[in-house]
Amino acid sequence: MSFVSFTFLAFLAAVFLLYYLIPKRFQWMLLLAASLVFYAFAGPTYLIYMAVTILSTWGAAYAMDRVWTRQDEYLKDNKELSREDKKAYKAAQKKKARLFLALCLILNLGILAVIKYTGFVLQNINNIFGTQIRILRFALPLGISFYMFQSLGYVIDVYRRKYPAEKNLAKCALFTSFFPQLIQGPISRFDYLSRTLYGQHDFDGRQFAFGFWRVLWGFFKKLVIADRLAPVVVTLTGKAENYPGVFVLGTILFYGLQIYGDFTGGIDITIGVAQMLGIKVTENFDRPFFSKNIAEYWRRWHITMGTWFKDYIFYPLSVSQGMIKLSKWSREKLGPQIGKRLPVYISTILVWLATGIWHGAAWHFIVWGLLNCVVILISQELAPLYRRFHERFAFSNTRAWDVFQVFRTFWLMGMIRVLDVYKDVPTTFKMLGTIFTTPNWGKLFDGSFLKLGISGADYLVVLFGTLVMFFVSLAKGKGDVREMLAEKPAVPRYICIWLLLAAVLVFGAYGIGYDAAQFIYNQF
Amino acid sequence: MEKLLEILQELHPDVDYDSCESLINDKILDSFDIITIITQINTEFDVAVPASEIIPENFNSAKALWALVERLLDD
Repeated sequence: MSFVSFTFLAFLAAVFLLYYLIPKRFQWMLLLAASLVFYAFAGPTYLIYMAVTILSTWGAAYAMDRVWTRQDEYLKDNKELSREDKKAYKAAQKKKARLFLALCLILNLGILAVIKYTGFVLQNINNIFGTQIRILRFALPLGISFYMFQSLGYVIDVYRRKYPAEKNLAKCALFTSFFPQLIQGPISRFDYLSRTLYGQHDFDGRQFAFGFWRVLWGFFKKLVIADRLAPVVVTLTGKAENYPGVFVLGTILFYGLQIYGDFTGGIDITIGVAQMLGIKVTENFDRPFFSKNIAEYWRRWHITMGTWFKDYIFYPLSVSQGMIKLSKWSREKLGPQIGKRLPVYISTILVWLATGIWHGAAWHFIVWGLLNCVVILISQELAPLYRRFHERFAFSNTRAWDVFQVFRTFWLMGMIRVLDVYKDVPTTFKMLGTIFTTPNWGKLFDGSFLKLGISGADYLVVLFGTLVMFFVSLAKGKGDVREMLAEKPAVPRYICIWLLLAAVLVFGAYGIGYDAAQFIYNQF
Repeated sequence: MEKLLEILQELHPDVDYDSCESLINDKILDSFDIITIITQINTEFDVAVPASEIIPENFNSAKALWALVERLLDD
């Protein structure tokens, strides 16, 4: 069931109605039932995969929690134990907990690896060794990478004793399956989401209205901007050779706007729907297109994925015993500078490799991840140079320079991002090369851009939508735009809301053959 | 504590570690610095800082970091 469908709107209406009518203590159970119905629409068999994740994460967390509870009780009852004995006891308990964690990780990541990556691996084996192994391809359950990573984060946190395990299986199931965030995140943390997910919520008119406005804003970004630009991106990348030079710049710009509208719009709908239910979901974006460098961009785009990889892969890897030994060894043999960098650089490369692979089983995702990594590491190495540059040249501390940096980051990130949409990696690089070899600037003015699948009126709608989005983003820098709107008198406030609704209804991209149902990030 | 201050000074000599209590919140220390500090702590104090302890509260000031080292030494 796509967010952009009448079925979803009817489903939401039924959920809201029941949610605020039934006794409050049953609200979370209703959400669980609704989430399972929502997911069953994607394909009933997908529920089996989800059930495995729910049962295994609940079981592992429960078992680890028992280990920790028993440890605490034992140490409390045996205070006379020597420090060494306590240490040995704790190490033995940790080993037990680690076994449960390892089994859970292996099972879940194993399933993910088999269904998501088998085809890719076999295809590459055939290509490299000239074999004819039959390519097995599995249907990828919707949003599996999102709900699985969220659940694994929970299990790892319980292992780390960040919080106790949730004993109630049904509550655990709701954490994994909560429908607004099921198919494209954010990747929530249990300690944050559970504060409101299982609570009892009275109907709060203000929160409901704020949530609704956010949903409407999400639909605006998705339907007015992203989906209206979708045909142009398909045309420009479908027969890429026909669209070199300035058209590639068009692809970078249009795909950047499309994915921003699509993904942030989808997350707005998620957070808005949750807010209408009285539930707080973590923010996933912080005006990423205002970033001044790629490292900053990644702190502001898909934040929950970035922090997940940082907390559960980058740090554990960087401070693992193997990496510490490597660092010590390289400090002694290769000098302090290399010794300092080596563990961080190796971990960074591996994390970006994992990030690329997480996005999909294809070489372009892997290259995309590694390119991001290369730019970030180069920036890190050049940091002292930048500092000297800022000290030396006064203009580098001006507003104009900030704007230049934002502009530069948008285009640099855009050049890496189009690896998503061209058919393969060589084509992407070839097309990027044409920006310099055959720019064809004249194509900007001879009407060529009006033959890409959308009309001049469509471009005007996109321009209008982008300007609205830009000014709203600017305003967000000063605080919550909805709070500002709520402070306005009723007439201008309602005019704004009705205009937004009218824009979604009038300018939204609807029609036969229109593929609004698919959000780009659903495929991950 | 002195050894710890030496490690920190080496990374950012311009920071006043006696008074600064927002090393992470003010983005003075980045992930590269954190890993370097952990490696150095391991070398100097023979203490392994687990990933679960890499939270802002433990790295926001030299004092908090020293408290972490002492706690891990005690464990």
